[in-house]
Amino acid sequence: MKLTKEDVMYVADLARLEFNEEEIEKYVHQLGEILNYEEQLNELDTTGVEPTAHVLPIKNVLREDELVESLDRQKALMNAPSQDKGCFKVPKVIE
Amino acid sequence: MDYEIVIGLEIHSELDTKTKIFCGCSTAFGAEENTQTCPVCLGLPGVLPVLNKKVVEYAVKAGIATDCKIARYSKMDRKNYFYPDLPKAYQISQFDLPICEAGSVEIDLGEYKKTIGITRIHIEEDAGKLIHDAGSGTLADNNRCGVPLIEIVTEPDMRSAEEARTFAEKIKSILEYTEVSDCKMQEGSLRFDVNLSVMKKGAKEFGTRTEMKNLNSFRALERAIEYESKRQIFEIERGNRIIQETRKWDDDKAESFSLRSKEEAHDYRYFPDPDLVPVVLTEDYIDNVKRHLPKLPWVRKAEYMEKWNLSEYDANVLTASKDIAEFFEKTVEACNDAKSAANWIMGEISAVLNEKSLGINEVAFAPEDLGELINLINKNTISGNIAKKVLKEMFETGKAPMSIVEEKNLAQMNDVSELKNMVLDVMKANPQSVEDLKGGKEKAIGFLVGQIMKQTKGKANPGMVNKLIKENLEKF
Ligand SMILES: [Zn+2]
Repeated sequence: MKLTKEDVMYVADLARLEFNEEEIEKYVHQLGEILNYEEQLNELDTTGVEPTAHVLPIKNVLREDELVESLDRQKALMNAPSQDKGCFKVPKVIE
Repeated sequence: MDYEIVIGLEIHSELDTKTKIFCGCSTAFGAEENTQTCPVCLGLPGVLPVLNKKVVEYAVKAGIATDCKIARYSKMDRKNYFYPDLPKAYQISQFDLPICEAGSVEIDLGEYKKTIGITRIHIEEDAGKLIHDAGSGTLADNNRCGVPLIEIVTEPDMRSAEEARTFAEKIKSILEYTEVSDCKMQEGSLRFDVNLSVMKKGAKEFGTRTEMKNLNSFRALERAIEYESKRQIFEIERGNRIIQETRKWDDDKAESFSLRSKEEAHDYRYFPDPDLVPVVLTEDYIDNVKRHLPKLPWVRKAEYMEKWNLSEYDANVLTASKDIAEFFEKTVEACNDAKSAANWIMGEISAVLNEKSLGINEVAFAPEDLGELINLINKNTISGNIAKKVLKEMFETGKAPMSIVEEKNLAQMNDVSELKNMVLDVMKANPQSVEDLKGGKEKAIGFLVGQIMKQTKGKANPGMVNKLIKENLEKF
């Protein structure tokens, strides 16, 4: 599979990452290699094999609907770069 | 040119669990900002979400009540996008293996009935709440992050605002009946997204659709559909193309507008959440949920019509909400008079509830008290008119009807000899009315009865008074 520059820019955009030309070139190459490596899987014949929805051989790990104490608000907001009125503050979002 | 409107709904409903979907934080509404959060729902690194058992049970209940196939195997996926109300930058939802699929719900439009297909019901987490009115920035309250939701997705089977509204109301009643959600719309427990397109009548292919998100009242839903369908028809008539887009409904301005800023195609890059393992349900589990499902509205409705001979209209009104149906049933248990119970609940009581914007469970008296009130009328202890006064007092004080009757001395006068003396006195004092009555003016009797009622403050048994006047007419 040939990865293009546009592919890298698209993925970067979705991930809110900003790259310069040089970096983009580098990732076209590196990401492309990773994908090529994975491409090997396509050589296997998977006819009749159920798609794997989950890799762990465990199911139904559930908890009871019971209250556990929440964090103290001070603590919850501790790592926030900006806070106001007991809330996390972010740059203005215009709807 | 005639157009057909094609509507599909996505309904988000907050589940009535005590705790969030993946952590033990409370889901209670109205707490102070960010006091119901923990490392799991704040999306801090290194935490392990664990699915709430009740969420699975409630989603299965909703699925059974809407005739869905319940998946024996389902899993949780991550839906990736950036928005400040989503601390993890992904929402845990279900993508290709939802917990319920392929159901249907019948709606009754009065003149016709219609079946609306349910494509799927899946489990997901709610996002936080953004407060936009702050000056320089946007504030995020993450109490709602991780509150469990089900999303009910319909087929594009609805053809008018009325059908959509009727369907939405039916879903609300199903979720209330099954106790899956409290459906408090003012608290955002039930929200609608509308997918809408229009096509020329008889056309085979649907037109381009738009989506309006987060309508949180039936009225908004109806008005948004009416506006958007007119807008699309107008555009098409002018030769314009409909753009597939998300639009925002502004209920105050009563119009929808394009959210151009968000128009970029969404690419959510769903993938299985590696922290959460699959949910595998057995036949036994599903049967067990089915057995414990509360009686659904249409089952109750049929019972009311058959067992108690109520009209379809009455049965519809009484079963529209579970609270009303239960209040009604308990009242009937106490008085064994379904017709009267229906009339009081749909008449006097509904009027007060509407006027004071109260739910039936918020009134000061119990259904047993209403049953007793009906018994008092049926036993001739009080008249229907006095009963209305007693009911008013019950709303105010919550006292039992019999103690109100005793305290205020409202018991009906049924003593013949006592009433007879009063009747004779009144007839003596009003010879003209007596003359009129004798002359065949039936109306005159009303005046005489009225006099007695006035003297007894409404307590005289009106039937008895009528009879006594007629019986004693020849004495004058
Ligand atoms: Zn939490």
